[in-house]
Amino acid sequence: MRIAFIKTLEKLAEKNKCISLLTGDLGFTVFENFQKKFPNRFFNLGIAESNMMAMAAGMALCDQIPIVYSIATFASLRPYEFIRNDICYQNANVKIIAAGGGFGYGLAGISHTNIEDLAIMRLLPNLIILCPADPIETEILTKQAIKHKGPVYLRLGKTNEPKLHFSQPNLKIGEGFIMQQGKKIAIFTTGGILDNVIKASKILKIKNIIPTIVNFHTIKPLDINLIKKLSKQHEYIFTVEEHSIIGGLGSAVAEILSESDIKVEFKRLGIDKAYSKTAGNQQFLRNRHGLSPQKIATTIKKDLT
Amino acid sequence: MKSKISQLQSKANIIRQEVLKISHKGDIGHIGSALSIVDILTVLYFSIAKVYPQTPDHPDRDRIILSKGHGCAALYSILYRQGFFSKKFLYTYHKNNTQLAAHPEIHVPGIDASTGSLGHGLSLAAGMALAGKINKKNYRVFAVLSDGECDEGSTWEAALVTAHQKLNNLTAIIDYNKIQAFGRTNQVINLEPFKQKWQSFGWQTIEIDGHNHKQLQTVLSKKSTNKPTMIIAHTILGKGISFMEDDLEWHYWNLSDKQLKQALAELKKNL
Repeated sequence: MRIAFIKTLEKLAEKNKCISLLTGDLGFTVFENFQKKFPNRFFNLGIAESNMMAMAAGMALCDQIPIVYSIATFASLRPYEFIRNDICYQNANVKIIAAGGGFGYGLAGISHTNIEDLAIMRLLPNLIILCPADPIETEILTKQAIKHKGPVYLRLGKTNEPKLHFSQPNLKIGEGFIMQQGKKIAIFTTGGILDNVIKASKILKIKNIIPTIVNFHTIKPLDINLIKKLSKQHEYIFTVEEHSIIGGLGSAVAEILSESDIKVEFKRLGIDKAYSKTAGNQQFLRNRHGLSPQKIATTIKKDLT
Repeated sequence: MKSKISQLQSKANIIRQEVLKISHKGDIGHIGSALSIVDILTVLYFSIAKVYPQTPDHPDRDRIILSKGHGCAALYSILYRQGFFSKKFLYTYHKNNTQLAAHPEIHVPGIDASTGSLGHGLSLAAGMALAGKINKKNYRVFAVLSDGECDEGSTWEAALVTAHQKLNNLTAIIDYNKIQAFGRTNQVINLEPFKQKWQSFGWQTIEIDGHNHKQLQTVLSKKSTNKPTMIIAHTILGKGISFMEDDLEWHYWNLSDKQLKQALAELKKNL
């Protein structure tokens, strides 16, 4: 996803001279070409994320479109108040690129594990939150993020995410995308874990269970109408996210359902355990937290019976 | 651009009176913090900076960030006197449904950035200065900081980055009145040797008397060729009012009717 992002950004920066790329000393082997092509619009502002966010706001208030890059924890938790006051409150046209959403940097330990960002970023007015699931979505949503006037938080994976689309999907900020139409069960998901949801549905298919799969690449504003519509058409709703079950997609859907008169069985799948003392790669940690294809399928099947 | 020093001094006196009156009317403290920066802002707004009260968002304007947002009574009074908004609007300060909160907000005409949380302003100003370089604009950026906010780590993040980026279009002024929320700065967190700190971070650093208009005018009108400029302005909290000067309590207290009368009389005597 990072490669898709930077390639798209390079193309956009050729036409749009207002685009600058700021990094908190991260993106080694990813940004060199951008730096070479646009030396006057690439700024490594050092390991100082709070300053970087406020500087980006200051630049945006002077007609620039700063693209701010860091590892997801350092692009959200660390400089949060600066994002709130300087970027979101002032509606500054800053795009925050958060790499390694979820367990992308799982082997790096808890400091780099990013399972709280959607919860805290959802709180911020004016902010659009995007979670592409694969490189194709990254390209489309990067373009739309830059076209949008106002702050955007773009949560990317780290590297080597598989392509999940085989044609160009018609994605629009704020609209959920139906990946697969099934019946009885609908799975709502966001970000790269969509890969495991698709694999889980293949396991379920053997048992003659075909779920509807909806990719909510936009967490904010969330497609409330689609959630309500599909919740009326299905008997079971599952949310699957590589994020804490508190505050993310599952919570957002629960908020919508609990204020409606829709009667539907509902379950959130995500991370609900305390900090772990052992690390692992993305696949390992997804499995540990019940988000492997097999475990997702098992949870869904168990819930049905 | 330069106004005569005596005219500036009269303006500063009038601004001080305004600060007292709106703070009394709005029933709010932070008066000492506002009086501390009246001379800095008066010289800056009336004699140095390019500002356009009729078109506040003019793209070529100089940007001014009051990083110590709690001193906003001085800023609001100046913006009113400059013609950015009406007297009626000014006197909504710190009242329900006002746009003039106790820390400045960007939607107010003449305010270039929202501040209030300390340690943001230098970074915001740095971003504006960097954008000026990229956009090849000639505007200057000024940031007024408190001494207390130099406790914030982010201030020093900004100090490093601005020097590294050679942002000579940025001038910061520290209101060094040496009093912060709980007492003397040298008792809370000692900032000294202050000038050497900024110099060692790569800033052109100048120390002045922050109430001396001539000194302020001289240093604010110059900019370095390749460094950001830091003006350490030695000031007095509550400057101009005998019973407020250098007294921590006037970081907090509101004025009684009697105190307002006495303070205004002192100022009028010196006009």
